[in-house]
Amino acid sequence: MKIIVCVKQVPSRDAILRINETSSWIQDRDIAYDVNEPDSYAVEEALKIKEKFGGEVVICSLGPERVQVAIKEGLAKGADRGIHICDPALDNLDALAQARAMAEVIGKEGFDLVFTGLQSDDYGFAQTGVILGELLGVPSATIAMAVEVQDGEKSVRVKRELEAGWFQWYQMPLPASISIQSGLNQPRYATLKGIMNAKKKEIRKVTLSDLSISKDLLVPKQKIERVYFPVKSKKTEIIDGSAKEAAAKLVTKLKQMRAL
Amino acid sequence: MSKTVMAKAKIVKGGSFLIEEKKPSEIFTPEDFSEEQRAIAKTTRDFVAGEVYPNRSEIENKNKELLVSLLRKSGELGLLSFDIPEKYEGLGLDKVCSMLVAENLAPAGGSFAVSHGGHTGIGTWPIIYFGTEAQKKHYLPKLATGELLAAYALTEPHSGSDALAAKTRAVLSEDGKHYILNGTKMWITNAGFADVFVTFAKVDGDKFSGFIIEKTFPGVSTGGEEHKMGIRGSSTCTLELNDAKVPVENLLGEIGKGHLIAFNVLNMGRFKLGAGCVGGAKAAMKEAIAYANERHQFNRPISSFGAIKQKLAEMAIRCYGVESAVYRTAGLIDQALEGVDADDNAGILKGIEEYAIECSAMKVYGTEMLDFVADEMVQVYGGYGYSEEYPAAAVYRDSRINRIFEGTNEINRMLIPGMLLKKAMKGELALMQAVKQLMEELLSFPSMDDEEDGVLAEEQKMVRNAKKVVLMVAGSAAQKYMQNISDQQELLMGIADIIMEVYAMESALLRTQKFVEANGEASAELRLEATKVFINDAVDRIEIKARPLLAALVEGDMLRTQIAALKRFTRHTPYNCIQARQRIAAAMTETGKYIF
Ligand SMILES: Cc1cc2nc3c(=O)[nH]c(=O)nc-3n(C[C@H](O)[C@H](O)[C@H](O)COP(=O)(O)OP(=O)(O)OC[C@H]3O[C@@H](n4cnc5c(N)ncnc54)[C@H](O)[C@@H]3O)c2cc1C
Repeated sequence: MKIIVCVKQVPSRDAILRINETSSWIQDRDIAYDVNEPDSYAVEEALKIKEKFGGEVVICSLGPERVQVAIKEGLAKGADRGIHICDPALDNLDALAQARAMAEVIGKEGFDLVFTGLQSDDYGFAQTGVILGELLGVPSATIAMAVEVQDGEKSVRVKRELEAGWFQWYQMPLPASISIQSGLNQPRYATLKGIMNAKKKEIRKVTLSDLSISKDLLVPKQKIERVYFPVKSKKTEIIDGSAKEAAAKLVTKLKQMRAL
Repeated sequence: MSKTVMAKAKIVKGGSFLIEEKKPSEIFTPEDFSEEQRAIAKTTRDFVAGEVYPNRSEIENKNKELLVSLLRKSGELGLLSFDIPEKYEGLGLDKVCSMLVAENLAPAGGSFAVSHGGHTGIGTWPIIYFGTEAQKKHYLPKLATGELLAAYALTEPHSGSDALAAKTRAVLSEDGKHYILNGTKMWITNAGFADVFVTFAKVDGDKFSGFIIEKTFPGVSTGGEEHKMGIRGSSTCTLELNDAKVPVENLLGEIGKGHLIAFNVLNMGRFKLGAGCVGGAKAAMKEAIAYANERHQFNRPISSFGAIKQKLAEMAIRCYGVESAVYRTAGLIDQALEGVDADDNAGILKGIEEYAIECSAMKVYGTEMLDFVADEMVQVYGGYGYSEEYPAAAVYRDSRINRIFEGTNEINRMLIPGMLLKKAMKGELALMQAVKQLMEELLSFPSMDDEEDGVLAEEQKMVRNAKKVVLMVAGSAAQKYMQNISDQQELLMGIADIIMEVYAMESALLRTQKFVEANGEASAELRLEATKVFINDAVDRIEIKARPLLAALVEGDMLRTQIAALKRFTRHTPYNCIQARQRIAAAMTETGKYIF
């Protein structure tokens, strides 16, 4: 099994976020980054499958220089090598344009499974996994809570999380793209030995000039208009009068607000 | 550590910071951690947060099985084997890594951190550095995984600080195959579950020697658990040796050379303890800030009160001083050990011993910083700080042990000027020449201070002058008491205080300057504030400390001259520390943590 795990680096949960000057995104200066949470589960799931079936786990990340740390974390946990897609022209694009670059690299690599996290903790679009499946011409499954490789490694059974506590089992042929939900396993810690060994593992760098995507395909189709903090608008109103009067007034008000 | 991080490969003499001026590029700082070092810190942090912290009350309730299983689990990640050479199935990492592990384990709580340190440090090091090939092959791989857990048994009921006065004896059995040991060791961390004890006994009643003892050897037993003020989840018992039969192969080091093991091991334990204190302080700050933000009085979060802000900021400022000095020391040791073979024990010990002054300074200064932080943490929590239901009480109790073990802070204070003077006598450090030059300067007209500029130029001058205070006081003391200086404990303790302040303030200064060189002044704003406050206050503390020392040393005209010189050396325009602390506190309450 050759599994490519797409890993994104996102601002740490306890980072203090400030909106940038143009209100288009957050200020990325002086903040700490972490591996996107569901991506850590995706790495773990890939390593578990490799332990069972053998093969190779490749960590792929798109982003500036700093994302090497996220790749190395995967290598320290036991992934075999990394691919770093690194080009300023690819930063700040939408999910589709970035997935195009990733799909070309992943397509050339060849794979049995592509794992992504269900969504990223920063944008929260939840698109990359499905778009990748589409661009690579393979079936996709989202919100995976279990992944079982079957059929002499020819197909995969996926448990998908639906709403209201419902699940769905879904079978599809390999190769395939699966987006992983947090909590389906227990991600391991990077061992000290793994950390030291990761230094020796290959991280291949890919820039836009290595790819054959035409420029007009990299024009974003989606744009963030404005980023802002939600405005708190809590208002308390005391309704006076006897219990009976107050109840009547409350009902009128709730009707006005269409809450009743 | 990569070579680019620290400018020169030349080995820096221990204690030379007092007579030489260093450049920012010459010191190692936390900003220089490599990617691997950061990753190791993260694994430690994640392990503590995921496995240990959630279990801390169970551990405090003396659940020994849990403690042991967590120690072994940490071993699976490599957190027991970083100091063990690769040849014996360890990782053989550098000292900065050991410090980072110690720092990041501290938030697990004192009980776990002390147990872990008892095993990986004082329990394992003697075998690494003094063991025979056979002993290392036999014990180290199992200590690396935690299959065997270790303890270090030096102290006895009647010999603590005076460790060499131990009463435990060893005699060779008639067939020459065993040593028979008799005696009691007291206060032994991990004794309740350890499999292996490194201990000491006097062969034939006078030759102090090291031994490796296993719990299963005939005549070896442990006593009940002590009821302690803090670190209650750690195991502390006596080790009883009643005609204990120890195979001759388990003699550790040479007969009569046990003191070498005992002192070198304590030396290493000390600088690691400094790193642990940094981690403990950071964890305490995090809790204190969270509480101060949440707790409302007079319709405001208490973190908005000036009184609380000053406390929070001062915690961070003092921690910055210790943190800077701790990693500077680790960098010095790693630099000295670079190129020393992993098998060259004598070389490694010499490299570490070179910085014995710095190690003792870190132990004392670090443990007292943590006690300050813990005490202020209780105060921030108010009545809830006095309740065991809240975290402050345990931090306060746990912190207190650090000033007692690994050599009491008094013993370590005495060692600092003691070792310095010894180095000077041996001609390893040009201290006396520097003293002489200073004394001449004192008697001549004061030269006008050159105006310098650059980042923290004023503070740089303050550090330079603070070193002159050390030279003046230590010089006068050496002149007056010569060889008998070791009887003058009050003076030695005072001199040690000033030396520690100097080391910490210079370390903070150089670290901040290095940061500014790399990142510019704009992003160093709060670091600059912290450094200025730290140095401003340290100089004031030095002046207060030095006055009674001089009064005890010289009189008449000489006293007047030296007091005038002290005034000159500590003169500075007071910095607006109140405002600086307000700004630092604001950043801490916003981010919820130590900000550097
Ligand atoms: C929780 C805990 C865990 C410990 N773990 C270990 C362990 O794992 N292994 C181990 O071997 N030991 C251990 N110890 C022992 C510890 O190292 C000693 O308690 C310490 O060295 C002090 O010795 P003491 O208690 O006999 O005090 P003393 O030596 O009696 O000192 C009492 C006071 O007198 C002062 N004093 C002593 N001598 C002088 C002097 N010459 N000049 C000036 N002042 C002096 C001291 O500074 C102190 O303030 C532990 C202790 C505790 C409490």
